[in-house]
Amino acid sequence: MPFTWLVLILITIATVGFITGRNRALRSAGGDSRDLHSLPVYYGSNVAMWAIVPAAIVLIIWMLAQPFFVNSRVLGTLPDTMVSEGSSIGLVMSDVRRVADGLDTAVEQAAMTREEAASISTETSDVRELLGEVGVALGSNVSPEVLQGAQLYRALNATSSTIMTVVVLLIALGGAAYSYSRSNAQFRARNTVERGILALLIAAASVAILTTIGILFALLFNTIEFFKLYPAADFFFGTNWAPSFSGRGGASDLGVLPLLWGTFYISFIALLVAVPIGLFSAIYLSEYAGPKVRGIAKPLIEILAGIPTIVYGLFALLTVGPLLASMIGKDTLGWMQGGTAVMTAGLVMGIMLIPFVSSLSDDIINAVPQAMRDGSYGLGATKSETIRQVILPAALPGIVGAILLAASRAIGETMIVVLGAGAAARLSLNPFEAMTTITAKIVSQLTGDADFASPEALVAFALGMTLFVLTLGLNVFALYIVRKYREQYD
Amino acid sequence: MTDASMTPATAPKKKSSLLVQDARTRQRNAAETRFRMFGMAAIGVGLLFLVFLFTSILRSGLPAFTQTVVEIEFTMTQEQFDTAESKMLKTGEYQKIFVNALTEQLDASGLDVAFDGKAIERIVGKPGGTIRSFFLENPDRIGTPVSFELAASSRVDGYMNGRITRDTLVDSRFLMAADLDLVDALEDAGIVKGAFNWNFITGTDSGVDNPGGAGLGASVIGSFFMMLVVLFLSLPIGVAASIYLEEFAPKNRWTDLIEVNISNLAAVPSIVFGILGLAVFIQFAGFPQSAPLVGGLVLTLMTLPTIIISTRASLAAVPPSIRDAALGVGASKMQSVFHHVLPLAMPGILTGTIIGLAQALGETAPLLLIGMVGFVAREYPETFLGGLTDANSAMPAQIYTWASRADPGFYEKAWGGIIILLLFLITMNAIAVLLRRRFERRW
Repeated sequence: MPFTWLVLILITIATVGFITGRNRALRSAGGDSRDLHSLPVYYGSNVAMWAIVPAAIVLIIWMLAQPFFVNSRVLGTLPDTMVSEGSSIGLVMSDVRRVADGLDTAVEQAAMTREEAASISTETSDVRELLGEVGVALGSNVSPEVLQGAQLYRALNATSSTIMTVVVLLIALGGAAYSYSRSNAQFRARNTVERGILALLIAAASVAILTTIGILFALLFNTIEFFKLYPAADFFFGTNWAPSFSGRGGASDLGVLPLLWGTFYISFIALLVAVPIGLFSAIYLSEYAGPKVRGIAKPLIEILAGIPTIVYGLFALLTVGPLLASMIGKDTLGWMQGGTAVMTAGLVMGIMLIPFVSSLSDDIINAVPQAMRDGSYGLGATKSETIRQVILPAALPGIVGAILLAASRAIGETMIVVLGAGAAARLSLNPFEAMTTITAKIVSQLTGDADFASPEALVAFALGMTLFVLTLGLNVFALYIVRKYREQYD
Repeated sequence: MTDASMTPATAPKKKSSLLVQDARTRQRNAAETRFRMFGMAAIGVGLLFLVFLFTSILRSGLPAFTQTVVEIEFTMTQEQFDTAESKMLKTGEYQKIFVNALTEQLDASGLDVAFDGKAIERIVGKPGGTIRSFFLENPDRIGTPVSFELAASSRVDGYMNGRITRDTLVDSRFLMAADLDLVDALEDAGIVKGAFNWNFITGTDSGVDNPGGAGLGASVIGSFFMMLVVLFLSLPIGVAASIYLEEFAPKNRWTDLIEVNISNLAAVPSIVFGILGLAVFIQFAGFPQSAPLVGGLVLTLMTLPTIIISTRASLAAVPPSIRDAALGVGASKMQSVFHHVLPLAMPGILTGTIIGLAQALGETAPLLLIGMVGFVAREYPETFLGGLTDANSAMPAQIYTWASRADPGFYEKAWGGIIILLLFLITMNAIAVLLRRRFERRW
């Protein structure tokens, strides 16, 4: 039975449950809803909830667990020799799955009957050709073991789906019947329904935790896989980045240091642009500007923060890069070889970070109490003296925190460096040379045709882990500084 | 020597006046002015960058919306049609008719430029096929004047837009310097002219060698389906999570853990979400590559912290007296939240959601990793479900694809795509601002 039908039946059971539950409760109160403990709608909702929620939970768990169960059963029947010959378990299993999918397609298109698909064997017919006719292309001839595996796979999946449908429907009906039987005037339906809603709310809030767990697992497993293939010491302390493009060769040098250097260098230049401009505009806007200027300039500067990074990337690649190259490039001073350079990416990233620094600093400066300013003015200080000697020291932890947050943003920025910084990994001090960063290499290692099991692709996960740890560390540190050194004025 | 450093008792007492500033005050005032200037300069530089950014977007992107066309009107007689159809090389015959018509019109306007069929081919491609298929489909138009609008080749387009000049043009089989004389003559005769390029907005992506025919339409649809997924997942989940954290959560470890997680997720680089999508949704769960569904899921996880933070702020802005009043007339806690607090907070929640969606719309990095870049979006999805699961591109991914192609003709398209993307973002933000203005309540 198709999945959508199952869902539709569940919804029908719930709807019927809603109406009958509500009516039963009303009947038990003699048709007068004032004698009920809760509003009639709660009795209906209670039945609907009992019909859907347990069944849906079982359904989801079943669907997640089914592939694991079927895979392990099918793997158990395959002879060990096959797995050791054919490079990996994953490859054999994907063969099995492809053949099984092919048989499904063939049955769907009526190229063979259900019985034929279940009893087909490599001795009597050419499975590859047969599946080719229905549009499923196979890379090699189908071995009898794989075909048997595929048939077992299909049989297990079919049985499992049938059992799942029956179990889920039984649970739905059972839940509905149980709660229906409890729908009477004394039953505290509202409290039950509200407990259910609260559980839903908690589940929604836990999605954040699930996401973090997902990120950690995705990074961790593949990173460990990578370190099995490539020594960790060479990754962390290698000064050369030269992945081989041929794939399997062990000739790749995957040292992270040049990438880290490029990342930090570009971020440093970006901060060099963004911090003075952002800080001074924040000071001007909060201390000097009148409400009119502030009302116009602040939103205008914040437009810079709303522009997608792809726009900045294109701006770096097609406008700033060529402009810099024409000013100090080959024809004039000869400092730059091409448009893509650390300077290009750093400059554009700096522009992107201006509103980030300025609005964070603005909030922090505004949080310094007016009494401190008044005290300083009363002693005869000018406005700038007050800012430099009273307000900035008071706001310093917050401003340092803001700069650290901006740094973490710069380190994690992808599009600007992918388009503007170049692709060559090198350890150099010249800001007019092309360099590359961790994020840019994650993109280039994962968007190619490389095999996912090769160190060249897996290194991207190790890079991602490095990036995640770096930015997380910076963020936690920034928040710590802000909390620890914040002056308490209240 | 110590005497010399002491102030001589005989020195006249310095005159001090309130009206004349002494040196130190002048210095301090100068420092004050300087400091103020720094602030103004910083704002000025920031705004200058903004202006520079927008002028370069507009200057480079607007040409993508125009397309140079060759417009020519001529009458095909039945006799010509029959002769052409009887020939071996039918389209070549049509091309000859076309060239003749062109020559006549040029002669009529008093211009005298020599050209041959090859030059025409370099300027408008091979028009014969287009003309033939038109007359085959509309045989009744034979004998009446028909006006054809044929798209010029991308290099002629570049010449008209100023991307290619006579100095930079290298003679090739695509375009010769001599052809430009013909183009100029045709322009003077009003045959070559600019027209609005609808294909750029409604069309689909072309191959790597045809920048002229590339359009953004399919990827706009891809982005639309992605935003649909984001809206339908992140709004309910985000609102539910915020209600729990703001109204119900007890102060305990679990709540703290959730809060720390949300604030950290808000700061995780977007590329890491791309890795999550690749490893969990595509490799582990087996979802199709390049599908808007996967993109939507990844962007949902990215937008959730934004929506949760803004929703919590607007829930917290509803005064406690509302809750107390609801509880006072006998509502349960849950009823007070869902019947009173939530409706009052709704404008703020919607504003936050729209801003979160706008952010998600422009996000590119995660889309690179889930395979939306290598894919050439040549066609529109056929069904609604297909729109979710069929491979497609999205606006920012399409822009990136164009920017990384070798032919500079695509750069113009990339800038044009950015104009469309920014128009979407501006509209969404304007709606958010209007909502806030219209419904915001100060308590």
